[in-house]
Amino acid sequence: MSALWSDVVTAVLVLLAALMCLAAGLGLLRFPDVLTRLHSATKPQILGLMAVTLDIAVTNFSVGTLTLVLAIVLFQALTAPMAAHLVARAAYVTDHLRPDLLVLDELRDARG
Amino acid sequence: MKERLGGAVNQLPLFLGLVLLWAALWGRFSWLNLVTGAVFAAIVSVVFYLPAVQLSGRVNLWRSAWLFGKLLWDIGRASVNVAWLAVGPGYTPTNAIIAVHLRTRSDLILTWTAVATSIVPGSIVVDIERVDSTLFLHVINMHDTSETDRFRASVLATERRIVMAFGSHEDVERVSRVQNEEERLGITPGEPPEYTNGAPS
Repeated sequence: MSALWSDVVTAVLVLLAALMCLAAGLGLLRFPDVLTRLHSATKPQILGLMAVTLDIAVTNFSVGTLTLVLAIVLFQALTAPMAAHLVARAAYVTDHLRPDLLVLDELRDARG
Repeated sequence: MKERLGGAVNQLPLFLGLVLLWAALWGRFSWLNLVTGAVFAAIVSVVFYLPAVQLSGRVNLWRSAWLFGKLLWDIGRASVNVAWLAVGPGYTPTNAIIAVHLRTRSDLILTWTAVATSIVPGSIVVDIERVDSTLFLHVINMHDTSETDRFRASVLATERRIVMAFGSHEDVERVSRVQNEEERLGITPGEPPEYTNGAPS
């Protein structure tokens, strides 16, 4: 029974993670410009990564895996926004954006 | 000498964090791990010296738990939304770059708010104006001003949760005061002041 239970947990969580990665890949192809693509390239896998690591922590539970999983998620959560920010800023400053997709651009207003 | 001692006490939580991280990576909290962790933490803080972070010296555990719970919920919900935008049919992208004028003046809270907003799918920090604590966020799937106003309010709510969880007493007081003032004057929360005085230049 407990083997079945852990199989069900694994199936659900890993499938969720795979779906998130699929969505990220599709978004990369379908979204039109750098800034929009960044949303799909950097973000949905945070949930996917959480799901995979949660599965590992639940099915092979020990203090060691739990602390390692927490460290992995923490650092991924701290570094992914930085990477996205650097690319977004570089794209904005070098004019790699499509103003026609923006309903509002207050950064342009602020820079004058 | 007294100043340096005060600085060391202020940095103690960060030092303990490094030791805990070392033990967490090994997966065991044995004495040997803690001692080697302390040695490495000391080496790292001397060799990779950075200017001291101004910690607030105040933590509210319940508010922190609420902050992280809400953050996890937001990540889950927004991930599904963005994934659906990528997969679902008939998506025409309309985005916005929104300036959010935060209420805090603390660098640490500004950074936390930027990271917490950015980790939730659908918003990316493009630029930060440190002088008046303004975040410039690229937000996906925004159509009109009612949606951008709602987004601005949600960023300010995140800031408020962070300040309530581990901001300084001055920040807690400041956040409530500014919020009351905005409600009294009927200003849309978080708009940069120059836009509220008249037409954007």
